[in-house]
Amino acid sequence: MTTPLLRVEDLVVEFGPKSAPIRVLEKVNFEMMSGSSIGIVGESGSGKSMTSLAIMRLIPEPAGRVSGRIEFDGRNLLDLPKKEMPRIRGRDIAMIFQEPMSSLNPVMSIGDQIAEGIMLHESMPREKRREKAAELLRLVGMPDPMGRLDSFPHQFSGGMRQRVMIAMAIACNPRLLIADEPTTALDVTIQAQVLQLMKQVRKRLNSSILIISHDLGVIADIAEHVIVMYAGRVIETGDSRSIFRNPTHPYTRGLLDSVPRLKDDRKRLHQIPGSVPLAGMIRQGCPFYARCGLRMDKCQQQMPPMQSVNSTHNAACWVTAPPLDTPRLVVAGEMR
Amino acid sequence: MVRYIAQRLLDAIPTIFLILTLVFVAMRILPGDPAIAALGDNALPEQIAEFRERMGLNVPLWQQYFNFLWGIFSLDLGRSLLSNTPVTQLIATYLPYTLELTLFAMILGVAGGIPLGVFAAVNRNKWPDNAIRGYNLIGYAIPDFYLGALLLIFFALNLGWFPIGGVGSGDIWSRIHAVFLPALTLAFVKTAFLGRLTRTSLLEVFGKDYIRTARAKGARENRVVYRHGLRNALLPISTGFGLSLLSTLSGSVAIELVFNRPGIGRMLISAIAERDYAVVQGGIIVFALFVVLINLLMDLVYVIIDPRIRVTK
Repeated sequence: MTTPLLRVEDLVVEFGPKSAPIRVLEKVNFEMMSGSSIGIVGESGSGKSMTSLAIMRLIPEPAGRVSGRIEFDGRNLLDLPKKEMPRIRGRDIAMIFQEPMSSLNPVMSIGDQIAEGIMLHESMPREKRREKAAELLRLVGMPDPMGRLDSFPHQFSGGMRQRVMIAMAIACNPRLLIADEPTTALDVTIQAQVLQLMKQVRKRLNSSILIISHDLGVIADIAEHVIVMYAGRVIETGDSRSIFRNPTHPYTRGLLDSVPRLKDDRKRLHQIPGSVPLAGMIRQGCPFYARCGLRMDKCQQQMPPMQSVNSTHNAACWVTAPPLDTPRLVVAGEMR
Repeated sequence: MVRYIAQRLLDAIPTIFLILTLVFVAMRILPGDPAIAALGDNALPEQIAEFRERMGLNVPLWQQYFNFLWGIFSLDLGRSLLSNTPVTQLIATYLPYTLELTLFAMILGVAGGIPLGVFAAVNRNKWPDNAIRGYNLIGYAIPDFYLGALLLIFFALNLGWFPIGGVGSGDIWSRIHAVFLPALTLAFVKTAFLGRLTRTSLLEVFGKDYIRTARAKGARENRVVYRHGLRNALLPISTGFGLSLLSTLSGSVAIELVFNRPGIGRMLISAIAERDYAVVQGGIIVFALFVVLINLLMDLVYVIIDPRIRVTK
């Protein structure tokens, strides 16, 4: 088996005093093969963004403490001296952020901002960098790219700014592109365009993509593999198709049931009662216990380990385990 | 861009008129007769009448007002009641000393304050930050004339490193030598002010999303701080710079007194003491015009720093 491009192992992020730490990520594990696309889904506060920031080592230190392993291309990023990280950021791993409004520097022209990434990682004369920036803008569908190089972020609409962000992120052909809620701040029509663009870009550059969203539609559109997070933990992971056809964890089911459908005869959309527990207030046992419709006493005592649903699909829930087979939940055909 | 500048220039005109009118009114409603002030209590009625005639005080008020405005536009601010020197000439003599002092103080203040602020912000809540904050507190609290006296006693009187007062002889090094201590006094306060402002503005900018973007691109700390951070923090800093420049100009009044330097501030104080109305009037106009000018300059600086102002309308 080839080594994965990214391997996250027992990733733990803590904030607050060492004597009483608040854990925002609790042993997150996943792997990503080169060229694949993974979506992380979950409600706000489930630890999605924290995971991506931890991979980039952008969690402010010493306030936040990161432990575990983040292997990128066989190297543990957490072992690297801090000074080494800028060489990886932007070149090997690039990131697209949620808010295109505030994530661009307001006093720097977009041409300079795109060219900056190139300047930081490649030696290229100034004029060449400008040309490349224009080329990138053209690639992300910016009309009149050469003429817009000297424009400033406030002169663009939200969708165009997100295109600029994408151009910036792909400037150095990163092997891994992390997109943290790339479409959340955009209008629905623009969302579709930006998603389309991201798929094109990915195909063209052949980079892997880690997309983070609370929007299952976005995830279904781009990701081949899905990770469902809840309260800082991975609670279900699997092939995208399997997850959407056969959601196993009650939380994933709840999420999917909450999605409005075109042919909906429901009077009210489904909702999961309650809300995500705050970091530091997570109970022992299964963190979803309080909101779960299928809870049992056992869930209160012990966090269920990952159980296999099928060869690519795992869920951290007792009810998926064969001995507790509840016909209401488990689709027998998938159990093998 | 051109429109914006033209707009600012046009905006300044009514302000200047208002200031001139205020000065005129203030000078007329002040108690005391300028004639008696100039000629003394024992002046004969004929002398007083002759003086009033000569100073144009016998014509109706509105006519005096237009004469006053015309005088200013033709750069004639009248003559000193005491020495009969044209006020414009007095200003031309003393203004360079004040400007020299202000300029030096600002250079030192900026050169000290901004790096100090950056250093404090980068080392937030560590000991350099705490030390700098302590210094800022002292800088805010200490009156500049008192600090000036202390520096004078220590560095000029005891150590003899600097002249005890005055402006030095003609050559440039001697002038710099003489202006250093008073400029340092003013700069001590400026540095504290600008340092604190730089620190707060930078810390605010450091929390912004685009700083994280810069890091995500692979920018190193220095680049993040200066290229992305400081550039964005510069807008509030430049506002502070303008305010600081104004307060340095007015602060020079006391410092000129302490260091026995000639200057507009000293000129104004002695004119007030002697009730030399024409000179007081001239001095106030100079200060007021500087306020307008500096504000205008700051508006133009904003345009350079912030592209968002440049393009709107």
